[in-house]
Amino acid sequence: MLKHTKFLSVLACGAVVSGLAVTGPAEAKIEGDTITLGSAVSITGRYAVNGKHTKNGYDLAVKFINNKGGVSVGGKKYKLAIKYYDDESTAARGTQLAERLIQQDQIKYILGPYSSGMTKAIAPVAEKYGIPMVEANGASRSIFNQGFRYTFAVLSTSEQYLSTAIQLAAEQAKSDGKDPSSLTIALGVRNEPFALDIGAGIHEDAKKYGMKIIIDEKFPKEVSDMTSFLTKIKALKPDVVVVSAHTVGGALFVRQMTEQKANAPIVAMTHCESAKIEDSKVFGAAGENILCAGQWAPELTYKDGYFGTAMDYANTFEKLYGYVPPYQAAESSAAVLVYADAISRAGSFDTVKVRDALAATNMQTFYGNVKFAPTGQNIAKPMVLRQLQNGKYKLVAPSQWADTKLNFPRNAK
Amino acid sequence: MSPILLRRSTIDAFISNLNLLFIVPPLSLQLVVNGMMIGALFALAAFGMALVWGVMNVINITQGEFVVLGGYVAVLMAQNGIHPFFAIIVAPVILYGVGWFFYQTIIKRVVDKELFTSLLATFGISILLQQLMNQVFGADIRRAEHGFGTWGFFDGLVTVEQIKLLAAIAAIALGGAMVLFLKKSRLGQAIRATAQNARAARIMGIDTDKVYAATYSLNAAICGAAGAMVAMIWVVEPYIGLVYTIRAFMIAIIAGLGNLSGVVVAGLSLGVAENFAGFIFGAQYQIAFIFGLLVVILVGRSFLLGRKREYLK
Repeated sequence: MLKHTKFLSVLACGAVVSGLAVTGPAEAKIEGDTITLGSAVSITGRYAVNGKHTKNGYDLAVKFINNKGGVSVGGKKYKLAIKYYDDESTAARGTQLAERLIQQDQIKYILGPYSSGMTKAIAPVAEKYGIPMVEANGASRSIFNQGFRYTFAVLSTSEQYLSTAIQLAAEQAKSDGKDPSSLTIALGVRNEPFALDIGAGIHEDAKKYGMKIIIDEKFPKEVSDMTSFLTKIKALKPDVVVVSAHTVGGALFVRQMTEQKANAPIVAMTHCESAKIEDSKVFGAAGENILCAGQWAPELTYKDGYFGTAMDYANTFEKLYGYVPPYQAAESSAAVLVYADAISRAGSFDTVKVRDALAATNMQTFYGNVKFAPTGQNIAKPMVLRQLQNGKYKLVAPSQWADTKLNFPRNAK
Repeated sequence: MSPILLRRSTIDAFISNLNLLFIVPPLSLQLVVNGMMIGALFALAAFGMALVWGVMNVINITQGEFVVLGGYVAVLMAQNGIHPFFAIIVAPVILYGVGWFFYQTIIKRVVDKELFTSLLATFGISILLQQLMNQVFGADIRRAEHGFGTWGFFDGLVTVEQIKLLAAIAAIALGGAMVLFLKKSRLGQAIRATAQNARAARIMGIDTDKVYAATYSLNAAICGAAGAMVAMIWVVEPYIGLVYTIRAFMIAIIAGLGNLSGVVVAGLSLGVAENFAGFIFGAQYQIAFIFGLLVVILVGRSFLLGRKREYLK
């Protein structure tokens, strides 16, 4: 099974490693005292912004783990390193690079790419070779209903992204003495798996509360104008507006909503941070009182042994990279922590053992609790909603953790 | 969600949206206003494309990237404290240089080759520009802050953004100036002569290479102006050019080759049709509707032309 020369080189690495490598179905990429993880992320192309957040998140976690001595496997400490490729934001390239990481570079632990589409492209490759993948940026539920055994996601799945907004609207209606079923919803999502899942989640929640969806639109991938959607909002005056149109669509929505003087008591969307709607130089006050869905917020009280609290993480990240970490970066860091924890618990570099250790993960990170369903998604962490108040994101939901009161109804400034 | 294309509820939604337009007439006005203002910008990009196509027989896929590049000029000016509206003058000057550079290095070598070669070459330039812009400006979404407000009518049901109106006026003025330039100036006449018959023009002493260079650079300049407006009205990012290339291409096709005044009409109509389609059928059918319309127009036109030919026989 193993080539003789390779076997010798592994032996040279240390008795522990070589012994395991002989018994394991796949030998890990261990050079000296370094464990190399591999990832194809988007450095160029459509997802370059979030690809950068992903990479920064991975790098920061690696740095912290190494500073604390690294990952201990079988009593020996190993440093972490990551081999990156640029997937150019195209799925076909991502698949090729995953093959290359596994086959040519002999990488045995994969960190996920950015976006659901890219993750969906790579997951079957990891599955084919029996290589575990911990991903942090693929939330589409279609990743988790295909019976993949080697894909694990630290984030909440997409259909939950804006559910909290519907829940919040219902709570608000009740406290105003109104029946939640009297509320109307305008829904606009980009025509892509991730946003469509969000839309499906909203449909389920609306049904649960008996709310009516009066506008239900799917924006094209290359959305360049939203005025007809906004004209409809002005005409029909829904109580809740929910939008997920990725970064460009999000920026357009916020900008045009203000210019077209459209508004609703509750306006919730995704991708606020990547569209930078808080930047008053670019958006003025257009983003005020918009609710932003997030996987994570620095105000949350989770903590771990590497970064400390969520706020500690945010401060460290900002000091190093010069900007407040969006959740895309935080969850990427969390993915590396989860990997390190699993490899350490497996006590082995054997991919099957690491996979089983991942499946048994039950830990708290600064990003939230992590516990995987048999299908691979994290079921221990809810989504949060933050409202942009006076240019700052404030945690307003779920209400049991919120440290700030919701501004309701939304005032357009 | 089920993938069924047209469910009963979908059709009901179409009807109720259409109904809404009759119940609340100002909505139609809003759609027309928005449509014409977006259409004016599309027309500008299409104007350049039709020019290059008609004169040089080159389908310039780079159109959208020139637009985005013009947008970045406006963004950079706004960042440095200069009002981005002046970018409508500055961007064309810079883009003229960019156009001239690409003509001398690449387009010059493919201009008399078959259409497919130039299609590939301009496609290549477009990818190159996208990646360059990504490297230089980053993939972040940018906009040029202009500080203009919005007028509201009918209780805010109809809104007119001042910047959109200004941009539409500037677009039409620029288009008019171009038509005048082509009709009256020596260079404009040379461009038209080359479009009619390049060989004959050469025999008459026109330096067609110069004419081509000027045409291509002018196109880039027009796109630059459109881009400056795009950055003020919408947003720019390195990869958003395709939207403008496709619209420009469609308008140029609908208007017919070299029909520059047709471009204006087609551009405005396309903008309005798109807004109505978006309102009635929803954003998911907006583009499909427009492409459907394109097919109908092309089939209809070839049918009409076919009858004309018979008549001539």
